[in-house]
Parts: sequence; structure tokens; C-alpha cells
Amino acid sequence: MRKILVVEDSASTRAFVRSTLESAQGVPDVEVSEATSGFDALRLLPRGPYALVITDINMPDINGLELVQFMRKSELHRATPILLISTQSSERDRQRGLRLGASGYLAKPFAGKALIDEVERHLRSAGVAPTPAGESGRG
Amino acid sequence: MADPTEKARDEFLSEAQEIVETLSRNLLDLDASARSGAVDPALINEAFRAVHTLKGLAGLFGAQRLGQMSHRLEDLLDDLRLGRMTLGPDVLDTLFAAVDVYGRLLAQEREGRDDPSPAADELLARLEKLGSEAPSRAAPATEYDLDPSLLAVLTEYEEHRLRANLEQKMRLYRLRVEFDLTTIDKALEDMKARAKRHGEIITYLPAGEATSADAIELDLLMASRDDLATLIGALGADNVVIEEIPRKRTSVGTAPPHKPYAGDLVVRADESVRPSVHGDASLEQGPSLRSLTQTVRVDIRKLDALMNVVGELAIVRGSIARMAERLRAEGQRQLTAELQRLHRSFERRLAEMQAGILEVRMVPLGQVFDRLARVVRQIGREMSKEIRLVITGSETEIDKLIVEELSDPLMHMIRNAIDHGIEPSNLRAEVGKPPAGTIALNAYQKGNHVMIEVEDDGRGIDEQAVLEKAVRLGKIAAEDGAELSREEVLALVFLPGVSTREAVSETSGRGVGMDIVKTNIGRLGGIIDVQSEPGIGTKMTITLPITLAIVSALMVHIADQVFAIPLSTVSEALSLEPGLSRMLDGREVITLRGATLPLCRLDRVLGLERRKTPAPRKHYVVVVSLGNRRLGVVVDHLIGQQDIVIKPLGRSLASVRGFAGATELGDQRVGLVLDAAAIVDEVLSGADVLRERGALHG
Repeated sequence: MRKILVVEDSASTRAFVRSTLESAQGVPDVEVSEATSGFDALRLLPRGPYALVITDINMPDINGLELVQFMRKSELHRATPILLISTQSSERDRQRGLRLGASGYLAKPFAGKALIDEVERHLRSAGVAPTPAGESGRG
Repeated sequence: MADPTEKARDEFLSEAQEIVETLSRNLLDLDASARSGAVDPALINEAFRAVHTLKGLAGLFGAQRLGQMSHRLEDLLDDLRLGRMTLGPDVLDTLFAAVDVYGRLLAQEREGRDDPSPAADELLARLEKLGSEAPSRAAPATEYDLDPSLLAVLTEYEEHRLRANLEQKMRLYRLRVEFDLTTIDKALEDMKARAKRHGEIITYLPAGEATSADAIELDLLMASRDDLATLIGALGADNVVIEEIPRKRTSVGTAPPHKPYAGDLVVRADESVRPSVHGDASLEQGPSLRSLTQTVRVDIRKLDALMNVVGELAIVRGSIARMAERLRAEGQRQLTAELQRLHRSFERRLAEMQAGILEVRMVPLGQVFDRLARVVRQIGREMSKEIRLVITGSETEIDKLIVEELSDPLMHMIRNAIDHGIEPSNLRAEVGKPPAGTIALNAYQKGNHVMIEVEDDGRGIDEQAVLEKAVRLGKIAAEDGAELSREEVLALVFLPGVSTREAVSETSGRGVGMDIVKTNIGRLGGIIDVQSEPGIGTKMTITLPITLAIVSALMVHIADQVFAIPLSTVSEALSLEPGLSRMLDGREVITLRGATLPLCRLDRVLGLERRKTPAPRKHYVVVVSLGNRRLGVVVDHLIGQQDIVIKPLGRSLASVRGFAGATELGDQRVGLVLDAAAIVDEVLSGADVLRERGALHG
């Protein structure tokens, strides 16, 4: 199982990402954890390492950019790919995210297929091989 | 089974509904704040975020009309929050209208209808008209010494808020706050609520790697009109460090080159309007958001692990010494000499290492004293008593783990002193005392111990009342009470129920039982004494080990073996003449000052065989007390007091109850450290089992 952390304060966006990735047409062998805020992400990150972190940029308190910077400074998460979710309008924030070390971004709104493609691309680039099907208890 | 995306869609509709309701409440607040003349920027941002989320959701779930409207509204609110537009009544009206339209559109979505919506079209037209007036403001002109890596993580909105605050001549502060991850939500809300009265928190930045699994440090960038002292007064705490971020004193024309990582932001404020608070030019290199400290934070458990390694090495050292001894016996002079040299060097380094680790664990007691100073002020006010707090020795250092556990007992003691000790000012005047009562907190080091005194100049403890109460509670026989010395009577306040009040007082309820304080101090391996003079005052003295890694113990002999009993649990030792004990309910007991004391013969309980020496005619009883429970441990000899390092028992022995660990005795032998709490528990509650076992071996 490859662990993916979704950091997003909107419950339905989280549900959309989770259901898209975990559905039969989604990405095989992934386990999605949800963080409801930047703080929640800080709490969940030590349970990693995660194969991929997907984070919204605009969140109250700790924003997505701060999370990217935090992860890039951390031994455990330095190499974890980070996919930013942002709105079309916030080009500037997106560029900042990429400069801070995010691996890519998805502009909202995005279709399920685009999400799956992007996630697969990042998982591949991180070189995280899926565990053999026999070991994962996925049914 | 429901289609997961169908489930997600249900989730979308209910979340969208919630967001619209929040937006509606939010607009009402915004309306109220606009009427009062001071629009709260946080409210506009919340409205923006609500619409922003709605837009994202509408996109994900293909709700076009909802998406289109949210998109326009988002632009409007973005202009408002970024200061490109001002919030007038017509804008507010439009926003309120949007809430209505959202309601209709969501109802349509839920029913799966896609009718034309004149209300939505009308709103879009209104939004179109509003969108075009965009007065933009120029940024003011002094640079702050902000860390570029901070500027790089600000979102556009946060950057705008920073700029807006600087335009209003706010000062900038960095608050480094350590949060416990399990309580961060509450702690953060609390922090925000307090900060709100003094300014605006612009962002929260996790500061580097998590310090431990359950704590994290955040850098809060805050703008405030208040000076540093005011902010420290309002927000200061043990886990908060507040620093002002100075203005950079740059002359006109030498604007620094554009830093690529600083993004697009140049933070400027008008230097000429508010002169720099710092006249000192050296502050140009003053504190920035970058950490200047050379310190690392270490989880104390890691130090515990290191200390264990030291203990292991001490045992290795013992083996080397034995080996040297054997070589000497075999006449290998040269090898012996070399090995002994090695051994001495090893021993020295080991001692240095142990001292080094202990030193790292030490923190000044001032950490807890500062907290107590606030408590004293507060309780004094509550009780309308004027209290002067005098602190000495706050630089005295003690093990971090102990400091953490000290604040509660000390707080209880101080409460008791103010509540029961210090007289009301009119009574003080009658006996010629100054109106303000004095509480002194003194700390100092004495050998391997730290002494903390809590002293008050109040009325002192009424011995007679204490004695009467102890007798009434059945803690002591009336006839024995008469024989007690003054110290012994005072010590009765540590028995449960004796120190508590009959009447409930507001400050300490019935009074925090001193027995609880004593138990807590005991858990830290410490002891507490009381001295009191009627009319003059009371002094409680806590004696604590400097560290929990080293413990003072009473070393005893039982059946040729050495055992260590932590001194903090030992209340006294006495000799046991043969024939003095008697059987009561199948248990061996003696009478000690009118009270029955159950005995425990460890040699029998543990099945120790006496090979070398027969049982002595005369034994000793070590009275072990934990809270109100006492047990006499019968031993052969008392060896004396020794400071020991407790080593955990190996895994195979970990489940054996009754031992806290083992310790090296210094003469190449290992002694077991008795876990007094477990033994008292075992003997006083599971007496039957132990008696059986005792009979088997006895």
C-alpha cells in the first residue's frame, strides 16, 4: 500500500479525491489519509512516510506553502512528492509553491481523470513501487 | 452498495449548504462591524474562503451555475480582502443577495433540475457592475528585516495583510510558540482569541522539524500597535517567546536588490512618520525571523536512553576491575598495571559523561517560579489579600522532568499559604505586621539535592487544632498524641484529611490536602518538611534529588544480599528486638507510637536462603510509607545511605513485581532496588498470596 495524504479543509473535496483515487478506476494500491488543516497535516505527517502529499494552498493558519516549506526542511519528508491544489486565479501562489519545492499542481476545478493521471505520474517519479498484490489486503 | 462518487456528491451538497449558512452568518457579522466603522479583515477573508471553497466544489461536481456565480463573487471578495476595493453598503447588499441565490441553486442541484434562474442572472449582472472600481494603494517605504524564507511562504492574502498592517504603522513581532500536538486546536484558538485584542496574526509557520513526536513549534508573525512589554504581558507564557522584528534602517536610494525568493513583496513603511524604536545602529543586524540560537531541542527520553547506556558501561567498568583483580592474583604484574590504568581512565571518562548528560537535563527553577508569580497575584486578588512574593534562587537548576511535576505541588502549597496562613490585613495590623503578607520562594542546591522553601509570614499552624483533628479522624490515639513532639504534631498535617478545612473556602475548596502534595513530591523522590511558629509563619521545605536518574537510597542487608530502598519512601528505621512483634489476623505486626504497623519479611517473601550467616538475633525495621499506607520492612542490617543510578532490569525480569531496577554497588556487585510502592501494594492488599508464599519458604 502506498500512503497518500490529502490536506484540504473542504470535506467534500477530500471525499472527492479519496473516492476518485480509491475507486476501481483509480490508482491501484493506495491508501488515502485525510488531514483537515495544516495543523492536522503536521499531526499526521509523522505517521508517514507518505508516497505523496496532496495539499490545498489556501487554508487558514498554516497554509499549503508553509506545509511545503516545512516538509522540504524535514528529514523524513524531504523527498516526498507534493501536489498542490489551487484555483486558476492564484498563479502567484502556485509559482511560490513550486519554488518552495512542490512537485506539481492541479488547478481547481479538476476532473477525476486529471487527478488520477497526475497522482500516478508523481508516484512513478518518486520511484515508489507498489507492494505485490498478495501483500496488500485490498479487496 | 452506493456509488462512492454518489456518496461524495451527497457530501458536496451538504457541505455546500453548510458553507452558505456560514457565509450568511459571516456577512451579518461583517455588516455589524462595517456599521461600527471598523471592518474586521478576518471576516472578509472568511467570506472569501467560503466562496472560494464553493467554487472549487462546484467545479469538482460539475455544478456550472453555482461555479459561475462563485467565480464572480470570489473575484469581488478577493478585491475586498486584498484592499483593492472598499466595503460599501451596496457591496454588502449584493453579498446578501448572493446568499439567497446560493440557496436556490443548491435546491435545484439537490433535485437535479437545471431551470433558468432569473435571480442568478440578475446577481451576475450586479457583480459585473461592482467589479470595475478598483482603487489600488501604493505601498509605503521602510524595509523590515524579514527573513526571505518567511516572505516566500506567504499567500497573496497574507502578504496583503502584512502590507496593510505596516501601512497603519503597526509593529511586527515574531512569536515562537511550542504547541502540544494533542491540544494544539484548543491552545491555538485560545492564543488567537488573546492575540486578537492586540493585533493581527498574519501567518503561522511551522518552525523546522518537529521537536518531538507530540510537540511542534510555530512561528507566528503578528502585527500589533502595542509595544513588546505589553505583548509579553498579554501573550507571554512558558511556551511562548516573543521578539520584535526591527525595521531595517536603509537610506533612500540603496534599496536592496530584488531577492528572487522574496517573491514580489517589498515590505515598506514610512520611516519619517514613526522613527525607529531602536536608535542603535547595530540593530541593523538585529534579530530577524531567522533563528540565531545555537541550541538544539532534545526529547528527554533520548537522554534517559543515554543515561541507561552509562549504567551499562558502569557494569562493564566493574568487569574490567574484576579482571584486573584476577590478573593481579595470578601475578601478571605488568598486565595488571596496564589494565588498571585503562580502568582508571575509563572510570574518569564515564563519570564525566554521566555528569555531562545530567547537566543537559538541567533547567532553572525560574521556569516554574515565573508561573507561580502569576498564581500568587491571581489568588491574592481573589482573596483580597495583599501579597508580596519574594523569590530567591530561581537560577537553581534541576532535572527537567522534576520541574514539570513541581508546579502543581508548589501551587497547592502557595494557595494554602495565602488561604490559611496569611491573615487578613486588619488582623495583621493588630499584631503589628505589615499589611501585605509575604510569601518567599527560596531555592538552593545542597549536595546532590535541591531545596525549595515556601515560607509565609502568616499566623502559623495551630498545633492543638491539628492534633485534635488527627485524633478525631482516628489517625492517632488520643493518649499517644500527648506524647508527640512539636515536630511530630506538625508532621500530622501530611496525613489525609488533617490539613483540609471544615468550611469550604473559595480559593482552595476544602484546602488541597497536604497529603496529596506529599505524595506528589514523594513520586519525584523528594521529601517535605514543615516548620511553623504560631503568629510568625510557616515554612515548608521540599528536598528533591537533582535528578531522577540518580536516587538517594537506604542500603540494607537481607540474607547476605544488598538491597536499595529509595530514601524518598523511607520514613524511619528502628531496631526490632526479638519478641516485640505479635500476630494480628495472621499477619506479623508491631505497635509503633500507638498505631499498628504490619511487617514484611522480605527474606521469606522472596525465598532468600541464608547460606553464609544465620539470621541475626536482632533485626531492623525500615518503615516505608506511601501516602497513608505504611509497611515495616524487616532487614538484617542497615548499611547506610548511598546515591545510586537505577538501571532497568532486563526483559526477562521486567515482569517481576517488587523491584524498581538494579544498581551497581561500587564494589563490583549488583544490588536490587526495591519498588516500595509495589511491595506495599502487594503486602497490604494481596496479603494472602504473600503469606502462602512466605509459609512455603519460611
